[in-house]
Amino acid sequence: MPIRALIIDDSSVMRKIVERSLRQAGIDLTQVLEAGNGAEALAVLQANPVDLILCDINMPVMDGIQFVKQLSGVANAKDVPVVMITTEGSESHVVEALSCGARGYIRKPFTPDQVREQVLPVLAGKP
Amino acid sequence: MNSATKSPTAERSHQDWVPIMELATREVFEMMLGCQLEGPTMAENGSFDITAMVGLAGKVCGVLTFSCGGKSAALMASKMLRVTVGEGSREVLDALGEICNMIAGNFKNKVAGLGEGCMLSVPTVITGKNYSMHSLRDSATLEIRLQFESLPIVVSLRTHT
Repeated sequence: MPIRALIIDDSSVMRKIVERSLRQAGIDLTQVLEAGNGAEALAVLQANPVDLILCDINMPVMDGIQFVKQLSGVANAKDVPVVMITTEGSESHVVEALSCGARGYIRKPFTPDQVREQVLPVLAGKP
Repeated sequence: MNSATKSPTAERSHQDWVPIMELATREVFEMMLGCQLEGPTMAENGSFDITAMVGLAGKVCGVLTFSCGGKSAALMASKMLRVTVGEGSREVLDALGEICNMIAGNFKNKVAGLGEGCMLSVPTVITGKNYSMHSLRDSATLEIRLQFESLPIVVSLRTHT
């Protein structure tokens, strides 16, 4: 299934690595949009529908948790699945992200296999 | 880089973190760059002209630094991006910051109690050799010296008491 993805991370290098990992996971990316923080991402989503969002947590301006909280107010994106990708791997961060609406969680550093294990079930609509 | 005075008592109390720092560092290079680090080594600080830093606050307060030479930094960025990246470019600084960030995160997630009780700052990257770090409180420094593609790297954790 062709996928339009939005990758949110303040590191452009990490955004490229995430995109490559998605392709290595066998995901057919037809469009990849990028944002450097949650606020930029919300602006991108106003004009660009996507099927999947991958989001860092620890970012300047608007972090990933705040972004996920505000995503519910974006009419054309509130149901888009979000997978968090972050170095903040504590249990409380996982719980907070999931309780705010994220569907999955990947800890950095990660392998393409770990990306596949988290993202494919989310795209298939599994909890 | 010049270091401030170490506190022997604090340094002893965290020596068991050294192998955890090394494991955290090796994992980042294996998983994100696809390469194995060698070492330990006894490289001199003089060969390092890029240093990335991530602050820690909470149960442990301090700073984790990652230092290497410009040539090895460009090689790291190239391996991360799978394209050749020139020395001193924006991508190199970004890659070094992310490597430091992932080492710090991976390290704290491996130390019991730190995953929940310790926050990380966004990374800062310094270029150049002639600078000094000064702590406003007593601090202890843990350090590991490894080799990346036969080039030296140093990971250092300075914790405040």
